Amino acid sequence: MARVVVDVMLKPEILDPQGQAVQRALPRLGFEGVSDVRQGKRFELEVDGPVDDAALARIHELAESFLANTVIEDFTVKVEEVAEAGK
Amino acid sequence: MTARIGVVTFPGSLDDRDTQRAIRLAGAEPVALWHKDKDLKQVDAVVLPGGFSYGDYLRAGAISRFSPVMGTVIEQAKSGMPVLGICNGFQVLTEAHLLPGAMLGNNHLHFICRDQKLRVENTDTAWTADYTAGQEIHVPLKNMDGRYVADEHTLDMLEAEGRVVFRYLDFNPNGSLRDIAGITNEAGNVVGLMPHPEHAVEPLVGTGRTDGLPFFTSILKKLVNA
Amino acid sequence: MSRTPLDTVEHAAATPDVELPWAELGLKKDEYERVVEILGRRPTGAELAMYSVMWSEHCSYKSSKVHLRQFGEKAPQSDALLVGIGENAGVVDVGQGYAVTFKVESHNHPSYVEPYQGAATGVGGIVRDIIAMGARPVAVVDPLRFGAADHPDTKRVLPGVVAGIGGYGNCLGLPNIGGEVVFDACYQGNPLVNAGAIGVMRHEDIHLAKASGTGNKVILYGARTGGDGIGGASILASETFDDAKPSKRPAVQVGDPFQEKLLIECTLEAFAEKLVVGIQDLGAAGLSCATSELASNGSGGMRVTLDDVPLRDSTLSPEEILMSESQERMCAVVEPEKVDRFLEICDKWDVIATVIGEVTDGDRLEIFWHGGKIVDVDPRTVAHDGPVYERPYARPEWQDALQADDAGKLPRPATGDELKDQVLRLVSSPNQASKSWITSQYDHFVQGNTVLAQPEDSGMIRIDEESGLGVAIATDGNGRYAKLDPYTGAQLALAEAYRNVATTGAKPLAVSDCLNFGSPEDPAVMWQFAEAIRGLADACQQLGTPVTGGNVSLYNQTGEAAIHPTPVVAVLGVIDDVARRTPVAFQEEGQLLYLLGDTLEEFGGSAWSQVVHDHLGGLPPKVDLERERLLAEILISASRDGMIDSAHDLSDGGLVQAVVESALLGGKGARLVVPDGLDAFTFLFSESAGRAVVAVPRSEELRFNDMCGARGLPVTRIGVVDGDAVDVQGEFALSLDELRTAHEGTIPALLA
Repeated sequence: MARVVVDVMLKPEILDPQGQAVQRALPRLGFEGVSDVRQGKRFELEVDGPVDDAALARIHELAESFLANTVIEDFTVKVEEVAEAGK
Repeated sequence: MTARIGVVTFPGSLDDRDTQRAIRLAGAEPVALWHKDKDLKQVDAVVLPGGFSYGDYLRAGAISRFSPVMGTVIEQAKSGMPVLGICNGFQVLTEAHLLPGAMLGNNHLHFICRDQKLRVENTDTAWTADYTAGQEIHVPLKNMDGRYVADEHTLDMLEAEGRVVFRYLDFNPNGSLRDIAGITNEAGNVVGLMPHPEHAVEPLVGTGRTDGLPFFTSILKKLVNA
Repeated sequence: MSRTPLDTVEHAAATPDVELPWAELGLKKDEYERVVEILGRRPTGAELAMYSVMWSEHCSYKSSKVHLRQFGEKAPQSDALLVGIGENAGVVDVGQGYAVTFKVESHNHPSYVEPYQGAATGVGGIVRDIIAMGARPVAVVDPLRFGAADHPDTKRVLPGVVAGIGGYGNCLGLPNIGGEVVFDACYQGNPLVNAGAIGVMRHEDIHLAKASGTGNKVILYGARTGGDGIGGASILASETFDDAKPSKRPAVQVGDPFQEKLLIECTLEAFAEKLVVGIQDLGAAGLSCATSELASNGSGGMRVTLDDVPLRDSTLSPEEILMSESQERMCAVVEPEKVDRFLEICDKWDVIATVIGEVTDGDRLEIFWHGGKIVDVDPRTVAHDGPVYERPYARPEWQDALQADDAGKLPRPATGDELKDQVLRLVSSPNQASKSWITSQYDHFVQGNTVLAQPEDSGMIRIDEESGLGVAIATDGNGRYAKLDPYTGAQLALAEAYRNVATTGAKPLAVSDCLNFGSPEDPAVMWQFAEAIRGLADACQQLGTPVTGGNVSLYNQTGEAAIHPTPVVAVLGVIDDVARRTPVAFQEEGQLLYLLGDTLEEFGGSAWSQVVHDHLGGLPPKVDLERERLLAEILISASRDGMIDSAHDLSDGGLVQAVVESALLGGKGARLVVPDGLDAFTFLFSESAGRAVVAVPRSEELRFNDMCGARGLPVTRIGVVDGDAVDVQGEFALSLDELRTAHEGTIPALLA
């Protein structure tokens, strides 16, 4: 089993008021030196079987058509190996 | 003879019954459509109502856009069937790429409910013929994700082609670019807007105005005269 | 997983000496001993879980019960009452075959811990109470109280609460039509987040929470069960029964309004097809409450297989499943031959539904887990026979000194300029300022039946499009008045809500209440509670408006400091045709302004004494319930017969506050003349009860005066709707622009 992570971020030119609100709060909490914050979404897909090129291509398509709205958002897809769950 | 106008109910649709009432008050026949059915029951036009379909999870309108009914709506809209998207319906239309641009969270991060002043910029669409060009109207607005965005090129194109149908006047309630409250597609059969015309059809309820009624009389006349 | 054997009934009987953590679960020693006595053995862990939550203050009303009985004993004869206290919510007949159910509840503590989710789940809970009666929810209202408006923590709590109410209620498609927002330092660590809801149904659709008919199936539907809100039960699970478990579960419940919206639609569809014998929502105490309530109100017993409960977290123990407060769940009792159709409807709405048990012909509630019987109780002993306390109460020794500190002795404005300055301070003070920054975050319009919404005196909803039949609701409560005199304060809360309903043209019918107080273990608080209930019950009897249900919230205190006693009263009214409603806003220039009622020098607990002198002392305004009734009759008649075009009740802030609000909402000013026999200060700032200001078209002047005269209501002409200022002749004038800036700027400046 493998985990595929899709990160979705607003495109740089799109205003992100949530990120701005976080950024404005930082000095109040004593965190200085952060000039910008942008908030995004992270999807963790637990995939059965091996993540081969074909599987990745399908996930890429899924991200492009559904998880992200490419009018306003960019996305990245990466594979994350998960240690066999022993918990 | 009258016209049959469908109103889609998605899980989480809220203004579906209100839209049916507005259609009825305008003299047309409202037809309830269900998101899981591909069949549009031979309606002449479709309204995608307001609400929080699928809880607005993922993005407003993003999940509804893939429902079975939308497959048919998209197909028919492309061949000219009039479609109106109100609020969440507008969000569904942009997600479905029937209208350009996208909707994002209000710039002030709050839900906003107010009696909103608008200017009607285009009276050539299927849904706005009963207005006069430049007419100023008040229609209730209530949304969380009402900020219309598109790239500069798209915005310029919309302006050049007269496809901005409504603009916010006096106060931009959500940070929409160029004060855009509603737009249409190239053919003028698909219109989407954030404010709720179905809540401005009776003098006794809501804001007490009836400025939204012409949406529904416009489409009725168009369909009956067709 | 677990190394210890399952604590079945059999195991409990065989191991009488096992120590259970009853104290950690909040039971007192004698309460635990009572459980052992009822069962004739030590309880199993699961039984202990059930008794401990159901016998908690929140579920059992053990401290308040002896006083609450007065609402029944003193209940006025009312033909309108269809379902009274004891069910999920009361039901009132509003005519034309319609019944209306309404209730107010508190979600105070959760909203302090996690403002957004606390408030959101408060809305969710009250709405499920309404659905459980068989009704379609049609509106919500939210009476809110926070600490000082300029306290830093208020900026954390208030925006979260407001966003939570909006986030949940807006997503359900319920118009938010009323409520209050009050600031007072006494609520600093104990904000009051009360939530009310109204539902409408036909008489024949009323449903009750009872499990009847042997063999009928018990269906749990809605969200999966997770570890929400079970801090207490996890002690039981982790420290006694399975050491390997995480020792703390989150106490915060998270709401999913989308799931609740589906639950509403699917439940109403099942009702419409007559598929439901009995129904109960899952709120506090979750399945423990739902199963024991359903079983004890029905004719038989109930058998439940806990393994069949759909879980979000597979590590939950049976005790945790029984206590979980996961939101958006309901329990229905359905005849076997209708189960398939019920499940089909749930499936249509993508709602998970599972048969978890059935009604039996015995009188026991039996619950099984992994094949073992872990609960075997008489459900009545869990749900209804909880402890009842006669808590000691005593009038606090400081009460006399507080009442002796007469607000009438405070320095008063001496000149027109001073009056003007104090009017501006009043209308811009956080409590009197416009709350539109808050209420604009709520949807008022959805469902298309909202006739009036805040800041109107009452919210009004049309329930029949053909006839125009409508209902109105107002909620009021003044903790400052109640602190000065809890008996009178509770009556003033009722009088104000009653008056607010009548001011909009509706006839008051029934009452729900949310009683917010400090610790019942403090005799002074208990005295306030007892006095408030006595006052409210007496007043309801006199006004003929029965209490149909409500909620008690105790332990609202930080350390030794209790909140002001805050009985919040909701009054429901009916109006035959909403076209006759009376709004607050001035409609037309030239209309005559009349003050109805008597104005006395009453400033104890007033907004003026708070804003100008930061003072709380003396006595609250006197209550004359017969006068309130007469005033209401006049307002309703005048509305029905078209004699008045606007009306506003007078309460906190007095006449000047009311006139400023009517003027700003209508965009039309007023010229006022101080009537003979009154000084300008008393005229403007007194908070005497039983009063309203109305605007009368000139053509109706004679008829209106004749009506008031014939019925003996004092009526004084005080001016005219005119211009773009509030002009008190000979004293001062304030332009609407100046007033608007003062009135509307305060809240955004503090909170936005």
